[in-house]
Order: sequence, then structure tokens, then C-alpha cells
Amino acid sequence: MRQYIAFMKKELLEQYRTGKLLLLVIIFALFGIMNPAIAKLTPWMMDIMSEQLAESGMQVTAVEVDALTSWTQFFKNMPMALIIVLLLFCGIFTTEYQKGTLTNVVTKGMKRWKIFCAKLGVMVTVWTLGFLLSYVITYGYNAYFWDNSVAHHISAAVGCFYLFGLWLISVLGMASVFCNSTGAVMLAVGAAFAVSYLLGLFPAVKEYTPTYLMQSAGLLADLNAGEDYLWAAAVAIVLIVAGCVFSVAAFNKKNL
Amino acid sequence: MDILKISHVSKSFGNNKVIDDLSFSVPEHSVFGFIGKNGAGKTTTMKMALGLLKMDEGEIFVNGEKVSFGQNHTNRFIGYLPDVPEFYGFMTPLEYLMMCGEITGMPRKQMKEKSAELLSLVGLAGVKKRIRSFSRGMKQRMGIAQALLNSPRLLICDEPTSALDPIGRKEILDILHSVKAHTTVIFSTHILSDVERICDRIAFLHEGRIVRSGTLEEIRGMRREDGIAVEFLKAEDASRFLGQYGDGAQGEGAIVTVYGKEGNAMERIMEVLLQNHFSVQRIERLEPTLEDLFLEVAAR
Repeated sequence: MRQYIAFMKKELLEQYRTGKLLLLVIIFALFGIMNPAIAKLTPWMMDIMSEQLAESGMQVTAVEVDALTSWTQFFKNMPMALIIVLLLFCGIFTTEYQKGTLTNVVTKGMKRWKIFCAKLGVMVTVWTLGFLLSYVITYGYNAYFWDNSVAHHISAAVGCFYLFGLWLISVLGMASVFCNSTGAVMLAVGAAFAVSYLLGLFPAVKEYTPTYLMQSAGLLADLNAGEDYLWAAAVAIVLIVAGCVFSVAAFNKKNL
Repeated sequence: MDILKISHVSKSFGNNKVIDDLSFSVPEHSVFGFIGKNGAGKTTTMKMALGLLKMDEGEIFVNGEKVSFGQNHTNRFIGYLPDVPEFYGFMTPLEYLMMCGEITGMPRKQMKEKSAELLSLVGLAGVKKRIRSFSRGMKQRMGIAQALLNSPRLLICDEPTSALDPIGRKEILDILHSVKAHTTVIFSTHILSDVERICDRIAFLHEGRIVRSGTLEEIRGMRREDGIAVEFLKAEDASRFLGQYGDGAQGEGAIVTVYGKEGNAMERIMEVLLQNHFSVQRIERLEPTLEDLFLEVAAR
């Protein structure tokens, strides 16, 4: 446990001192504020544009915004936040391979699985806390401006997207065990997303793909029931666990 | 007892056989010079001993325990200094050593004492700046400090002096020499003067095999028949000497080199010199340098 904590401390210190932690706090806070802000500003923007739109023959009637508008923004913005997290962390293993810094740690008797778990742990922690920050800010403003009760199943909808993020992070971890360059890791994560997305185009398997979790915004307007996402969530969890077990086994035999 | 025993190890990268049935052992409390030209397989051998590379055949034992690839338990006996040591640039030397201490599972108090002791040994005591801004020599010294942290029985250094200026090299060699009492040191190099300065045993690695090995004296003794050089003040004396001496002498300018059985040759040289009253600048017994041996080995 001491080894794990020591390495985890090192990872967090690295994220802090290289400024990544601050950057992510700012980004997640900003996204959290943007969701209600955009919803709040929509009527005003529509008002400004209404004259132009009228010229092209469109009639703008009074635009009604509520907490649902803000929550919809949340689901539009979070993918961007997730991409930023993935981009910031795609070199978390590979830069160490290239510099050879892990060699030192391993020859000191560090258990390899602890290295993997600590790195994954840091990514999960950052994603969880960042996501929570955005969520709390959006929730707070929504409650202040409007009423969150118009949006249904908020926790389930948000939880689905959070789980989707965890899945991509685990893919990034696994890709990092096999690829030695940052570009290759990014490509592998992109490929995993693409495969899941393309499978999602087939109605028969659509509900079993992790990418289906991204569409959980439908829950808010009560278009779907929470159970619709259970299969996708179960598949994602199985993939995450299996991926981690497989990664640790492969990492134990990796040439460092 | 042998701290490191390498037995019939082979390793190929693709079709390229880098290590070919390599066997040797390193006795405790020695400074072992592992010599070979670039690409001879030095780093590969060391990495296999650390369990960082998988060997194709053979076995390696550290302190009597077998080395296994990947999660390697024998690493607890070893301190390792890689050829270009890289550490987390965002940490200070003390922070890095403390992290290493946590990983090796040292008690907290001992960790602090040992870190301070080692940092002053390598001349980095009180350095507060982050490792990122370190020079190469500083990183190399930092590398020694981290390698010695767990008081290893065996210190493996991969070309510790190759990239350093003369002052940096001297510092590193002095440190290595000073730890000899507690720790067996293996270091690979192609700088032969370093070997002559601190090693007591050496092995020449060439094309994945040990071609010469033994104590420094034994290795030098392998070519003891090397001759005696006599340098004359005047070149004409040298040619007259050649005429007088007879077989076994060769001249070039004012220098004459005599090859032959030791005792006889020296006596005969003195005899000729005395009889003819030649003025001599110097007389020197030619010892084979490691460089000669290295070139001879590498040329095979």
C-alpha cells in the first residue's frame, strides 16, 4: 500500500506542478458555468438575431428556457471536456517509457501492477472530481435560475456519461500498455470509440455499445427509461474490468 | 561468493544475436569492469540481469536467487544506474529519494538519514532546484544517489562516465571507488583509463561473448612478452645500437624496441649501452595497455 500511495503522490504532484490540474479545474468549472449561462443567454441572442432571421423569412417567437435547456448544454459540453482530459493524459505512460523513468522505479522493487493502478487511479480521480465540479456548478445555477424538477432522471443521465468517460479512460490505459508513442495511444482510443460508434449504427446491437451511454440526455426529457441504458452500462463495466485485468497482466511482461 | 552469476545466456533481437552463450560471474566486493565497444551487448546483459529484458536462453542469479523477467524479486539486492538516467523533472533531489525510499519500503527515519547522507556523498546536499534543470553530470550523480539508496549488495552502472567531462568523470569514479567496501560494483564502459583507475576485475565482451576476463593483473599478464623501448638522445646512436645488438631489435628514429625474453633482453641492452657509451633519454618496459588488448580483441 505504501508503494501505491508513494506513486500516487508522485502522479498527483506531477499533475499539480506541470499545471495540468489547475488547467482541468478551470476547464471543468468553465464548462459548468457555461451550461446555465448559454441557456440564460439564448433568449437574448435570439432577440438580437430575430431581425436578421425575419429578413430571411423566419419568425422567432418568444424562446422559453428552463433547467432542461441548461442540462442539454451539459451533455453537449461534457464530450469536449472528456476529450481534453484524454488529450492531457494520453502521454501519461508513454512519456515515461520514452524517458526511461519507470525503469528506475521498477528496479527499486515497485510492483508493476501498482504503477498501472496508480496511473489509472489518477486519471479516474481527475475525471471524477472534474465531472463532479461541472455537475455541481450546473446543478446549483439551474436550481437558482429555474427548477431542476423539470429534468427527469438527472443522476441516471449524468451517471451514464460519467461511465462512458471511465470506459474511454480504461481504453487509454490499456492502449498505453501496448503502444510506446503518445500518438498511437490517441489513435487507439479514437479507434475504440469509432468501433463502438459504428456498431451503434446497427439497431440490433445499438443498445449494447458503450457509446450508447453518450445519448443519455434523452432521459432528461423522459424520452427513454433508465432501464434502456442498463445493457450499455453493463457492457461498459465488463469492458472496463476485463480491460484492466488484461492490461495489468500485459504490463507485468512489458519491456521497459 | 558470487553476487552475480550469468550462465549460458543468449539473446537475439530479430535475427541479430546480441548475446551468444554468455557466462561469467562477479565475486563479492570487487569493482568489475565490463568492457566492450558500442553494440557489444553490455546494456543488454545488464538489462537482463535486472529482469527488464527477457533472455532467450540461460539463467542469471543475483546473490544466489534466480532472476525472473518482469516482476523481478532479485532487484531488491541491486542498485541500478542507467546510461542516461532520467528522473521526474518536477521533483527536487530530496523528494525523488524520499519517493524511492517509500517504494523500497525503508523506515521513514532511516529514509531521511540515508537520503541526506547520499546527497552529501554525491555533492547535491542542499540543492533545492528541480531535477529538470540539472546538468548531465548532476543527473549522473543523482543517479548514483538513488541507486545506492537501498544499500544494495550490487551496484550496476551502465556507462556512468561516457557522457561526462573529465571533472564529472573523476567525481563519479571517486564515488564508485568509495562505495566499494559495502557494495560490489559492475560498470560497463569503453573508456579504458576509467577501468584502469578503479576496477580490480575486468571482462571483455565482444560480439556477445566474453573473450578475456580476469583480474587486471591477469589480463595484463597475458601479453607479458612485450618488449623494452630504449630512446636515445641522438638518432645515429640508435642505428649504431641496432647494428651492435643483433636480432630482436627494431628501430624507428631515436627509439629502439627490443622484443625477447625479459631478463636476457634487459641484460643484453645494458651491456651494449655500457660498451658503446650511448647517451640514453629513457628505457621503458612496454606493458600491454588495455587499449592494445581492446583493439586486439575487437579486431578479431
